[in-house]
Amino acid sequence: MLTILFDGIAYGMLLFILACGLSITLGLMNFVNLAHGAFAMAGGYVTVVLMNRYGIPFYLCLPAAFIATAVIGAALEVTLYRRLYRASHLDQVLFSIGLVFMAIAAADYFMGGQQQLINLPPELRGRLDVFGIGIGRSRLFIIVICAILAVALQLALTRTRFGSQLRAAVDDGRVARGLGINVSTIFVLTFALGSGLAGLGGALGADMLGLDPNFPLKFLIYFMIVVTVGGTSSITGPFIAALLLGIADVAGKYYLPQAGAFIIYAVMILVLILRPNGLFTREGGR
Amino acid sequence: MTDHQAHALRLLTAKHRWRVWEIALWLAAIAAIFLLPSQLLILTEIVILALFAVSLDLILGYAGIVSLGHTAFFGLGAYAAGILARDYVAEPVTGLVFAGLVSGLFGLATSFLVLRGSDLTRLMTTFGVAMLLAELGNQAAWLTGGADGLSGISMTPILGLFEFDLWGRNGYIYCLVVLIVLTFVARHITNSPFGLSLMAIKRNPRRAAMLGISPKRRIVTVYAVSAAYAGMAGALLAQTTNFVSPDVLAFHRSADVLLVLVIGGAGYLYGGIFGAIIFTMLRDWLSVATPQYWMFWIGLILVAIVMIGRERLTGWPALLAARLKSRTGEAAR
Repeated sequence: MLTILFDGIAYGMLLFILACGLSITLGLMNFVNLAHGAFAMAGGYVTVVLMNRYGIPFYLCLPAAFIATAVIGAALEVTLYRRLYRASHLDQVLFSIGLVFMAIAAADYFMGGQQQLINLPPELRGRLDVFGIGIGRSRLFIIVICAILAVALQLALTRTRFGSQLRAAVDDGRVARGLGINVSTIFVLTFALGSGLAGLGGALGADMLGLDPNFPLKFLIYFMIVVTVGGTSSITGPFIAALLLGIADVAGKYYLPQAGAFIIYAVMILVLILRPNGLFTREGGR
Repeated sequence: MTDHQAHALRLLTAKHRWRVWEIALWLAAIAAIFLLPSQLLILTEIVILALFAVSLDLILGYAGIVSLGHTAFFGLGAYAAGILARDYVAEPVTGLVFAGLVSGLFGLATSFLVLRGSDLTRLMTTFGVAMLLAELGNQAAWLTGGADGLSGISMTPILGLFEFDLWGRNGYIYCLVVLIVLTFVARHITNSPFGLSLMAIKRNPRRAAMLGISPKRRIVTVYAVSAAYAGMAGALLAQTTNFVSPDVLAFHRSADVLLVLVIGGAGYLYGGIFGAIIFTMLRDWLSVATPQYWMFWIGLILVAIVMIGRERLTGWPALLAARLKSRTGEAAR
């Protein structure tokens, strides 16, 4: 029972890291980016290639995955995404679906369609026994990393100059520009950060979630749930939503395996009917 | 009658009038029965996809609802027709009507989901409904065959008269007749005051409401009609292939139909038909050229369409006409 809770928390934390970039682009910048999962997949593949082909240790692969996907994200933002901030949602949807299709086919072409396996370092394998509760070491590692990241993100958004500039740029780009904030640079950096975090999440989760070319579509719905249910008020909303989703999903798969993902979708639709703007909304925001 | 009224009347009747290319399109589709007897299977595929895209056009092009899960209705219709044919009545037209009813009712039941919230909420709820149905279809293996798909369908002759033949000739005629009839109906709907009020809602819901057009009931109605159309398209697929694969509810179908409509242009009904022709030929050609990776090129086309701008791609006939008109106008002066 507690093991399930623990696994659920680890899963939820992972979802949060994967989706928090999306909660900024979609929630704050109002861009429907269905291709977010493709960045996570890219991070996962970077890790797989570095570890299995070049023998680089897992701990070094994680920052590498972050940097690689952040660079890809920044490049795409400057070349493509930037032009579509003002486009209609339909255009954004079509564009990002196109990106997803391209990413899937490219992953299939370069890496093959099979599941990718990574060998975690020995100290992350197996289970710890704490007061009779079995705790997977890799899960513990994920929880620790993600918790640190979540706190750091929250602090960065609320306490730093960059954070307040971002919030200003998102709330009213014109006024922010008038105040001398370089809005487009802020957006590039934010987009890169969000993609980088997704890549890091993909790298961390390659073991737990599995990694194959269909990753972006398979987890798209989970990311979207985290963002839409969590709302866009802060990092806290998506964080709580991700934890709830993780625990519910793991528990559901354990106790009611025949219901499958059914419960998750049903709950999401229900939440969206009752609170179309998410559980935790901010007054006055876009 | 004042000038403005006369002008409006002229515009409306002009919209309703039959164009030369519309008639030519249908004549070409009918001529294909005799001219392309070996291509009838792929033509059937095009007709089914076209009907599906027309149904999406009703809500996207006319009511402005972006749906990421339109295949829910398509798949539901396919399963409804398939199960009816397998277990009860194997007559196609009955199955078609039944599938349309089932999907239409489901559309009516889920239409309140698209009434509230922003575009994003709609995207998520339509997507969620489709995923929910896909999961249901997968789990209820006793009814739907689960992951193996629904097989064991054998259709009786259409209306007891025309048997489905091996070359797909009667199948094509059957699908084409359904497409023609339903497009005429849709044409009538969109040119009616109801259709015009939908377009007003799409442009500006608040202003429409101030003019006394209640968006709610109209959106519910058109959503249910569109769902019924999609369901009938699904039924045609099940009946002509004698099989329903769980793939009918997969996400990529919702994405494909969006792409079809975008290629052809939304908001004038025929976009879905032209889009289906282009899309199917393109996919056929790509899947021969790069069997495994055609998805990449489809994705690239999507990105390119958005980057170039949809209006510029699909609006070129109008642009050309406007330019010609202004040029002749200048010449006359």
